[in-house]
Amino acid sequence: MKFSDLILPSLIAIILLYGIVKGVDVYAAFVEGAIEGAKSALKIFPYILAIIFAINLFIQSGAEEFIVNLLKPVTSIIGFPPELLSLSIVKPLSGSGSIGVFQTILDNYGADSYLGRSASVLMGSSETIFYTAAVYFGAVGISNYRYTIKVGLISHLASIVASLIVCKLMF
Amino acid sequence: MKTMWCVLVLSGIFFSFLKGEPQTVTNVLFLDLQKSVELIVSLLPIMAFWTGLMKVVEKTNILNKISYALKPLVKFLFRDIIGDVKAVNAIVLTLSANMLGLGNSATAFGIQAMKELQRNNKNKKIATNAMCMFLIINVSSIQLIPINVIKLRADSGSIAPSEIILPTLVATSFSTLIAIFFTKYYERKKI
Repeated sequence: MKFSDLILPSLIAIILLYGIVKGVDVYAAFVEGAIEGAKSALKIFPYILAIIFAINLFIQSGAEEFIVNLLKPVTSIIGFPPELLSLSIVKPLSGSGSIGVFQTILDNYGADSYLGRSASVLMGSSETIFYTAAVYFGAVGISNYRYTIKVGLISHLASIVASLIVCKLMF
Repeated sequence: MKTMWCVLVLSGIFFSFLKGEPQTVTNVLFLDLQKSVELIVSLLPIMAFWTGLMKVVEKTNILNKISYALKPLVKFLFRDIIGDVKAVNAIVLTLSANMLGLGNSATAFGIQAMKELQRNNKNKKIATNAMCMFLIINVSSIQLIPINVIKLRADSGSIAPSEIILPTLVATSFSTLIAIFFTKYYERKKI
């Protein structure tokens, strides 16, 4: 048994018990909230559909590969490992896609190599920006995201740089 | 986002033609799109469950106490919504779920938070400062233990799969701080 396995069940039990103590009709409240939740889940479906179509098309058509090849000469000048380039591009786009790329890095270079470690840190310190933005904003009908994507990408860039430096220094 | 979406789709179609494999588009259309349904199928029950459970929490009025305790932090990050107890609480829940790596639950809370933020939004089409800050913190990744990464490392024969926890924490804190800094910078500019 792991600590992480305890978090969810305890949380559920605490919430229900606390509700009962406070005199809340927990069942009625639960169902009322669940209806809202089910509605929001259906509402985000078209956004998920749109983003999955675009991202899968982009990766599978070779467009992503083309950009990687285009960037390779530039990034090799500053000493950026080309092996991490694909992961850096796919990660903000697709969670499942990045797992595939990450697995390839682990298979080819080993989890305990410098590349394997920095890829691991990069995986853990970045997120799927476009998907999250599309779902969260889509759910409430926001179409103007302002600077969200821009800053998200800046933060992704910071993750990449930090992953490389931290792994150099700490291992 | 609309530009980004069109660029992704059109460049995808363009490159599939260029490589002489236009069937890629058809494959994505008929095979990969099923994944969106799978995603919804996996999200819907958990979202309904958590919003249900959160309704119970909401009716106990404990939210006021939680958001009061977190006031200083919220005041700095989300200045405009300081009095909005429901929104603050939904934000706190989303960020906590993300820290613990509860992806789907975080999405459920996150959408709830966006709804609360949208209530007091004057222009329903344009994101508010608080919405941008909230989203950016989420996408800058704040997960404390990257459990999936550790699992994949262990599966591929690493001798110390969890040795990346501390470096990841350092890297992710750095990127989150950078994100907050830039969000604060862009916030000042007019919409």
